Amino acid sequence: MSDHDHHGHHHHHDHDHSELSETELRVRALESILTEKGYVDPAALDVLIDLYEKKIGPRNGVRVVAKAWSDPAYHARLMKDATAAIAELDYSGRQGEHMVVVENTPDQHNMVVCTLCSCYPHPVLGLPPVWYKSAPYRSRAVSDPRGVLKDFGVTLPDTTKIRVWDSTAEIRYLVLPMRPAGTEGWSEEQLAELVTRDSMIGTGLPKQPDEID
Amino acid sequence: MDGAHDMGGAKGFGPVVAEPNEPVFHEDWERRAFALTVAMARPGGWNIDMSRFARENRPPEDYLSKSYFQIWLAGLETLMIERGLVTREEIESGKVLSPPKPGIKAIAPTEVTPAIRRGGPTEREAKAPAMFAIGEAVRMKDIHPVTHTRLPQYVRGHLGTIEHNHGCHVFPDTNSLGKGEDPQWLYTVRFDGPELWGKDADPTLSVSVDAWESYLERAS
Repeated sequence: MSDHDHHGHHHHHDHDHSELSETELRVRALESILTEKGYVDPAALDVLIDLYEKKIGPRNGVRVVAKAWSDPAYHARLMKDATAAIAELDYSGRQGEHMVVVENTPDQHNMVVCTLCSCYPHPVLGLPPVWYKSAPYRSRAVSDPRGVLKDFGVTLPDTTKIRVWDSTAEIRYLVLPMRPAGTEGWSEEQLAELVTRDSMIGTGLPKQPDEID
Repeated sequence: MDGAHDMGGAKGFGPVVAEPNEPVFHEDWERRAFALTVAMARPGGWNIDMSRFARENRPPEDYLSKSYFQIWLAGLETLMIERGLVTREEIESGKVLSPPKPGIKAIAPTEVTPAIRRGGPTEREAKAPAMFAIGEAVRMKDIHPVTHTRLPQYVRGHLGTIEHNHGCHVFPDTNSLGKGEDPQWLYTVRFDGPELWGKDADPTLSVSVDAWESYLERAS
């Protein structure tokens, strides 16, 4: 491989290709062993993968946030019992059994991390991105959250309090970002366009009205 | 255990680098390793705390050099070997060399979605009143369990305030060892930045962890 091939290639992990192939072979062999022994049904694995690739993802959380922004009664239920309010939209289960929603205000910005592993609210956000599980985020989110926000291009006023929630138990946190100004009278569908995944983790802010078409 | 996985406050890992439009999985083997791990938990008979312990209980250089799903794969292999479901020789050779452990039933495709949607709630009925009240000052115990714990090192010995009571939840420290659920009161404990990181810390920062009752002691 020439040097050129490596330019601008920032991979999520730095194992070379041969090592990846070794892992690929190992996983394939393991799946065939477990199938032959009758411990797993490969068709069940396909259903699982499809679920996490197509049905469980941040678009679910986007609906929760947009509804909370546009429906005060729903907002109240979400803040009181997030698990039940999220289940109203038909999102529930694994890694979201005990949900808590934390709301950003002009005075306080919330950020969620799991310093010990990768705890993340799957039913509303899907599986976590690589950076969320990475050492830089897990190490610095609790000690230097403003520095982490800078890595994401976000600067908050010096006076804004920063609250970091380390998910050390089975409570899963979803950040409810602040509804952008200039969206009065917008429908839930229009508001949904503004909600980003990172704004629901606390490493980003929602889009502003002039950032969408 | 005080392992490489306990990263809060560690230095030197550099900036957080996000990948634009990141896919859910980057390689096909990641899909299969993830699905195998989730699908093997019930037939294999382990719980989430045992899974976490199997992933974190490895030499730091191993934990830090493997990718996330490589750690999952290694954890899965450990859990299966420990229970005699497969042998190391089978994993290394890629061939079935011994009969399956009897009485193990694979998850059927129709069972997957209901099981994921049900999840595994960890709240249990309370057997005793909560020891700490909302607003109370507490100190995190300075303990160093050699097995699985969810008490991160960066809060041990520090003073915090009880902010929420989440009810009684399965205790990972015992559940990870197969020593029972021992449900305990679970609290959100909040710390001021300077309490954790010294007087030069960002005064606008506060951090919370969710902590089981036996991780806490009265502040005075």
